[in-house]
Amino acid sequence: MSGSIQDTFFEECEELLEATDEGLTAIEGGDHNPEVVNAIFRAVHSIKGGAGAFGLDDLVAFAHRFETVFDEVRSNRLDLDEKLIQLLLRSSDHLSALVEVARDGGQIDEPHHDTLLAALDEYIPEEEEDLTFEPMGLGGPAPMMDLGGLGGVPAKPQEETYRIRFQPLKEMYGTGNEPFFLFQALKDLGDLTVKLDENELPGFDAMDMDEAYLAWDLVLITKEPRSVVEAVFEFVEGLCELSIAGDGDAEAEANALAALDAMFSAPPLPEASLEAAAAAEGEAPAAPFEAPVPAPVPEAKPAAAEEKASAPKAESGKQEQRGGPKPTLRVELERVDRLINAVGELIINHSMLAQQIANLNVSDTRDVETELEGFKNLARDIQEGVMAIRAQPVKPLFQRMARIVREASAATGKTCKLVTEGENTEVDKTVIERLSDPLTHILRNAVDHGIEKPEDRESAGKVRTGEIRLSASHRSGSVCIEIRDDGAGVNRPRVKQIAIEKGLIPENAELTDGEIDNLLFAPGFSTAKEISNLSGRGVGMDVVKNAVTGLGGRINISSAPGKGSTFTIILPLTLAVMDGMVVSVADQTMVVPITSIVETMRGSDDMINSLGADGTLLSIRGNFVPICDVAGALGLYRGSDQQAGVYLLVETETGQRCALAVDDIHDQRQVVIKSLDGVCGEIPGVAAATILGDGKIAMILDPESIIAASPTAAAFDTERRMSNAS
Amino acid sequence: MQAEVKQTDQEVKHAEHSEFVSFTVATQAFCLKITQIREIRRWSPVTILPHAPADVLGVMNLRGAVIPIYDLSARFGLQQTEASERNVVIVVSVHGKPVGLLAESVSEIISINPDDIQDTPPVDSRNTMEYIQGIISHDDTMVRIINLDAVISAPEQVMP
Repeated sequence: MSGSIQDTFFEECEELLEATDEGLTAIEGGDHNPEVVNAIFRAVHSIKGGAGAFGLDDLVAFAHRFETVFDEVRSNRLDLDEKLIQLLLRSSDHLSALVEVARDGGQIDEPHHDTLLAALDEYIPEEEEDLTFEPMGLGGPAPMMDLGGLGGVPAKPQEETYRIRFQPLKEMYGTGNEPFFLFQALKDLGDLTVKLDENELPGFDAMDMDEAYLAWDLVLITKEPRSVVEAVFEFVEGLCELSIAGDGDAEAEANALAALDAMFSAPPLPEASLEAAAAAEGEAPAAPFEAPVPAPVPEAKPAAAEEKASAPKAESGKQEQRGGPKPTLRVELERVDRLINAVGELIINHSMLAQQIANLNVSDTRDVETELEGFKNLARDIQEGVMAIRAQPVKPLFQRMARIVREASAATGKTCKLVTEGENTEVDKTVIERLSDPLTHILRNAVDHGIEKPEDRESAGKVRTGEIRLSASHRSGSVCIEIRDDGAGVNRPRVKQIAIEKGLIPENAELTDGEIDNLLFAPGFSTAKEISNLSGRGVGMDVVKNAVTGLGGRINISSAPGKGSTFTIILPLTLAVMDGMVVSVADQTMVVPITSIVETMRGSDDMINSLGADGTLLSIRGNFVPICDVAGALGLYRGSDQQAGVYLLVETETGQRCALAVDDIHDQRQVVIKSLDGVCGEIPGVAAATILGDGKIAMILDPESIIAASPTAAAFDTERRMSNAS
Repeated sequence: MQAEVKQTDQEVKHAEHSEFVSFTVATQAFCLKITQIREIRRWSPVTILPHAPADVLGVMNLRGAVIPIYDLSARFGLQQTEASERNVVIVVSVHGKPVGLLAESVSEIISINPDDIQDTPPVDSRNTMEYIQGIISHDDTMVRIINLDAVISAPEQVMP
């Protein structure tokens, strides 16, 4: 039981850490909005609170320091300079590390931990070294929320009366908040009178155990500014109906309203403001106060003052409107996956039904077909819905990558920043999970090998800070992820030399620039002179390539010397379904992904031209394209009565075109992808399998690797390149 | 009193017995522990895997799952089976994955006392030594117990 609660805590931690990262990134980008700082403060505080409940002392201690520094920042006692931001970023990384250690076990990096603690301590004033769990800011004026300067109320401490209407929603109790503790905290601020309003309490028979019926009217007389009073309720924000009306407020509002009145010469409004209206709502017979009525003020204040006074109002209105995040549901991934499988089966089942009906030889099937069409549409709706559940924005992944870049920069002594784009691009969850490792590797490589040392950059006439741009976008049915650095680019002579040293290519090999760049993906290739701490742990970019191809994607590199390199990863939107063309090859039914097909055509003899001993080219409107016989590439043999007469013109990632020769085209339909992982090893030319309408399995072809396996096409490619080179 | 003791003895002895399913592959008798078998199906044409070795017949749709089918006969180095409707596919679970094994026909369920299992005598065939866990004598015929983990090694690489 406690295990599952702890799991929930760690899950929440992840979200909170994400929120922290997000906020810090915003701050790093120059956004010093108090809301952002507050959001981070709340996130860190929640982590601390949860960690305290589970006795995770290291985490609590660190989160506390971290939080305290943030408290200093949000009370404007600390300036967010570059140095502090960097420290906060590193602290946030360390906080994630601590959470990981708490969850998965392992060792915390003690020296690092202590360094950070010491660095954070430098920003914390002496007296705040205690480890209390007061759920609020630690006193002191907080000018940004302070209304004290307005309406003639002096900023110096003065007794002030706040009338607070506090009505918890049932959600507040659900999160374990207790009104009692809030009142206790208020009492510490000054003289507090609490009055319970039980008017809404129904009779026992009508009472819903889970509903919240109680409300309280509080009168607080305190010297503390309004912000401190508000801070008490900070953690129940959105979980209760709250209005805080101070005497000073009423005056300020009255002034502002009077100014407004003077401007528009309208009769005075009975209610002073949104807040006052809310207070009036609670005006039960027992209510100890009346809604503040604006007292007419003779002189009209300048409009600026009015604006100032209404600004915080607008904000509180916004907060009320927000009323907590959209309701979400935590579901085990496995359940969603089961649903996806079931929907996949449903679609297969539909195809089977359709086929069975077609085989029935009934003359009039129109009615059935209409219904079947409806079935198909519904199945597709369900499928899209379920897929949408799995689709997630890449944002958290990208945020983690920012951390990787920071760590890598720190370890190599280089300065780089990560710029992300298209963070809201949604991708299947599995893709996101499995992208994490390859991206980490590419980014480390980019920092380690791509970006130059600051001095070198300067002498090359670039800014000292290297920039790595990580972007995601949807591109016609696939997801494109690009990692672009502005470093030195691929050192081609060196890459080639290493490839020769390692026996990856023959010594006299003539390679194009693109081919040399692609050597980086060759197994066992690593350019680091020494094995550095970061990349070059024996595994190279080939691991990255395998991971990407394992997801049904492709990776490409392009590089310009002195300007940087770009890695482009193209991934399918989902791993579960795709549109395919059903073809037959040597008696076998197969599926070719629609995305790779440019054009289909029925070939006649006069379109086929021989080239060399067994090379054949297809002429299409004056262009010659190599023909690749799918049967031959897959090692299948055609019977004498079978002949390849249909050509699928496909284009590979590198822009190479090829005509795949198949026997016939049957259909174009959405197919459910069944991985062949674990069923058999990698088969050249085959990407995966699917189940067709008749229950039979069909191979899903991978045109790229078929072309690579076909001697004709590959040979033609070489010839063309040689002719291009000469 | 005595009768009761005797009965428990019998029960203990019975519990030691394991049940095996015997079947023929290329006219030889083989068997597998019944707990290893998930189901037995009639042969239906499979989808050919390109570049697959001769003993991998292809893949089959087992209620939505893609499972590979091996020709046991070819696997044992005997002649390839000409699969027909009379043949059966024994679906077993190896390394946590379902796998189909083509056999000529299923014979019966036999109860074997572990003490009766003899070690495979050394013969000049490496495949046999690896794939056969032991042999037993049943109704005057020799039944070979298949070492499933050795026959179907962990997901393997199919080379072109």
